[in-house]
Amino acid sequence: MDVLDLARWQFGITTVVHFFFVPFTISMAFLVAIMQTAWMRTQNERWLRLTKFFGKLLLVNLAVGVVTGLVQEFQFGLNWSDFSRFVGDIFGAPLAMEALLAFYLESVFVGVWIFGWGRIPPKIHLATIWVTACATLLSAYFILAANSFMQNPVGYRINEEAGRAELTDIWAVLTNKVTLITFPHTLFAAFMVGGAVVAAVAMLHLVKGRRDPVTAAPEAASDAGAFRSALRIGAVAVLIGGVGTAITGDLQGKVMTEVQPMKMAAAEALYETEQPAPFSLFTVGTLDGSRALYSIEIPQLLSFLSTGSFEGEVRGINDIQEEYEELYGPGDYAPNIPVTYWTFRFMVGCGGLAAAIAAWMLWTTRRGSVPGSVWMLRAAAVLPFLPLAANSFGWIFTEMGRQPWLVFGLMPTASGITPGSTAGSVFATLSAFTVLYAGLTWLWIWLLVKHARPGLPDVSAEADWGRRRSRDVAGTGRDDDDADRPLMFAY
Amino acid sequence: MDLATLWFALVAVLWVGYLALEGFDFGVGMLTRGFARDDRERRVLINTIGPVWDGNEVWMITAVGATFAAFPEWYATAWSAYYLPLVVVLIALILRGLAFEYRAKNDTERWRRWWDRAIFWGSAAPAFLWGVLLAGFAQGLPLDARHDFVGGMADIFTPYTMLGGVVTLLLSLLHGAHYVALKTVGEIRARARELAGRVGALAAVAVAGFVLWTVGTAAGMSPWIGWVGGIAAVTLVGAARRLTGRGREGWAFIATFGAIAFVGVTLFGTLYPEVLPSTLDAADSLTVHNASSTDYTLTVMTWVAVPFIPVVLAYQSWVYWMFRSRIGVQHIP
Ligand code: HDD
Ligand code: HEM
Ligand code: HEM
Repeated sequence: MDVLDLARWQFGITTVVHFFFVPFTISMAFLVAIMQTAWMRTQNERWLRLTKFFGKLLLVNLAVGVVTGLVQEFQFGLNWSDFSRFVGDIFGAPLAMEALLAFYLESVFVGVWIFGWGRIPPKIHLATIWVTACATLLSAYFILAANSFMQNPVGYRINEEAGRAELTDIWAVLTNKVTLITFPHTLFAAFMVGGAVVAAVAMLHLVKGRRDPVTAAPEAASDAGAFRSALRIGAVAVLIGGVGTAITGDLQGKVMTEVQPMKMAAAEALYETEQPAPFSLFTVGTLDGSRALYSIEIPQLLSFLSTGSFEGEVRGINDIQEEYEELYGPGDYAPNIPVTYWTFRFMVGCGGLAAAIAAWMLWTTRRGSVPGSVWMLRAAAVLPFLPLAANSFGWIFTEMGRQPWLVFGLMPTASGITPGSTAGSVFATLSAFTVLYAGLTWLWIWLLVKHARPGLPDVSAEADWGRRRSRDVAGTGRDDDDADRPLMFAY
Repeated sequence: MDLATLWFALVAVLWVGYLALEGFDFGVGMLTRGFARDDRERRVLINTIGPVWDGNEVWMITAVGATFAAFPEWYATAWSAYYLPLVVVLIALILRGLAFEYRAKNDTERWRRWWDRAIFWGSAAPAFLWGVLLAGFAQGLPLDARHDFVGGMADIFTPYTMLGGVVTLLLSLLHGAHYVALKTVGEIRARARELAGRVGALAAVAVAGFVLWTVGTAAGMSPWIGWVGGIAAVTLVGAARRLTGRGREGWAFIATFGAIAFVGVTLFGTLYPEVLPSTLDAADSLTVHNASSTDYTLTVMTWVAVPFIPVVLAYQSWVYWMFRSRIGVQHIP
């Protein structure tokens, strides 16, 4: 492998791992905020216990999300300095805005939320989790605006003399049509992750409680009601996310057909232009991916996905390749076809399966019944991994489908790399990050499972604090009876 | 003042803010070993910075983001030149951040011991390395005509930059000791005061040496800024010593805050108008002007930064106020 491949692997691995945690944080922050709001509204302890329980999972996840984000911020300079020079004038702006407008809010207020239990007034405490949740949306928006510039450059001119792209219209960059559709798609996809975690954990507790009433914890009976509420919230989130990703994904396909027809042709491995074009569910091709041997097809579907009409013409790879050679000079302008073809299908497939499981969960728990089947246990155990996988496949599709371009039409991936970098140092850091990230991911899953396993926590202290709304419990000890009272939460 | 200069000043402010804020939580991190006598004391220390360390770290993310947006050449050149040290910084910050969050998430002795190591080394390594890397800006690096770094580790780790690292390390430790004295009650507080007195003397010497060296070799055009910053920094470190001696911990903390800020003033003040001098040929140096973004980008960024930096300052200060109460071993549940 040469230094370019190593640098690409490094970027791919670190970014994909960052994106395991990101959708989890975005959605779980909102779900926890909703639970806490329900508690404040109803004063029903069930919601408080759920808030604390899922809040802990949120924190386990947030930590890995934050620390892997640090690497992202440095990466563009480390291995991709010529890319940074070329697009910095444009690309740096949304990145800096993300830090200034989103990361400060998020990390400052989540700190208050974590340590605020019992120390600040309950209403302010509730506000902090909402601020955190909304800040995750802002950060997603700005980073997606940066990424969308690479997918579909807008609002710039090329300065030949300085050899770089320069910003001419920030508004065009922030309202790039790719950003506008990618943002909702990514959000719906994120909600599938958080929803799946909540639904799966709740379902596992419910099924276990029913199958094993003797060994289950004594409080399992009272937990059951709470977990049933959580299950419904989680499963509904997965379903809404599923419908939302399908609708926005369809629109995104149309936008992509317009701005990067090659990517969508590669998604279908469509070599020759067809009208109308079918969509294949499954294909066995030759090893180099240049020809299909066998496939199951749905007639006209691809035409609809790409153009909105069942009769639309979809251009094939060979056609576009010819056009690009004329436009950009000789070269190979097709991405890796098997990768784009399969990642696209896995994205849709994993997401669809997750939505189906969520629907099944809602169905079997209607009118108070509790399922006890092993199959439900198994389905619940795999559920969280499905949207997670769909998210990764979606990004691998998006980023690999853009190849050979780093910035579409402007900068090939090979020209973005740091000029003096050596295979040795990139290999060393790639190995270090890979080992570290494998460790992180393992630790993450292990801690999530560990903290998802016991029943709901005891929350009498927090409930007491929540009720004493009128009194000053701002943590100063002034109006409190006991200045030496232990903290309600401490690391 | 033109926009590029304004942004140079803002980037400097962000770095100084970072060193002064995360500085004390690096210091607290280093105190968890040696200074803290048992697990309970260690938890007191960790909990003094618990609600705020992540917000402090965002100063660095913003400094880096602002450098990227306002001076892409500076970001691209420096960050690729500093490749390996930065990877070490990242790994240290990753382990440290996880340690705060995960240390209490599992209840075994071994688990805690590993995370305690991560907190100590994850605080000490970046506290030193950031000093080395920032001093590297003042010193300059071998850059060719394309502004690419053509040197090796020996050009990054020179006696001068390592002294810079010692300065940030000692100032962080001192600043952290003041913070602990300010935020705890009981015996820890007394011991932190005592420690601060001892570290203070060392820090004053290191800062004075660093300032003299910086001003003596300054490439930039205004050595007098270096003198002003340097004298103020040394004076404040000295003042901090007397203040802790008299039990004025809050003022001592503010004094070290100021000392760190003035070291930053010396560093960035003597650097201007360059941002990264080339040690090979002065013509290849990166300056505020040849490294900056276009005026349009800088204008856009100014419109974002000028209203929002005060907002950030306001809510971050509010959080410090919110969590102003002191804690001690009796508060650990
Ligand atoms: C749970 C996750 C999930 C699910 C169920 C789906 N997607 Fe998706 N998809 C993503 C998660 C995702 C993603 C990871 O979030 C991506 C990567 C970049 C982006 O914008 O979203 C993505 C990208 C992405 C792209 C590429 C856009 C680009 O290159 O910028 C297209 C065309 C679609 N999706 C289309 C669909 C369709 C038609 C779906 C279902 C019918 C679908 N997605 C379901
Ligand atoms: C979090 C979601 C993202 C994921 C999962 C992701 C994934 C990937 C993957 C898998 C690659 C490797 C592609 C290849 O080897 O061909 C890649 C490359 C790259 N991506 Fe992304 N990406 C994400 C978001 C972004 C964003 C937001 C940006 C810009 C701000 C970005 C910039 C890049 C760059 C610079 C490369 C390196 C060049 C290349 O190999 O294509 N990515 N990304
Ligand atoms: C490749 C480009 C990316 C960069 C430079 C980047 C940078 C960062 C940084 C520095 C952090 C830590 C913030 C802190 O300390 O509080 C972070 C966390 C976060 N990032 Fe990323 N990120 C990237 C990709 C993405 C994408 C594509 C999204 C969303 C669609 C995203 C959303 C988030 C969110 C929501 C958080 C905070 C929650 C969490 O840490 O889990 N990031 N990112």
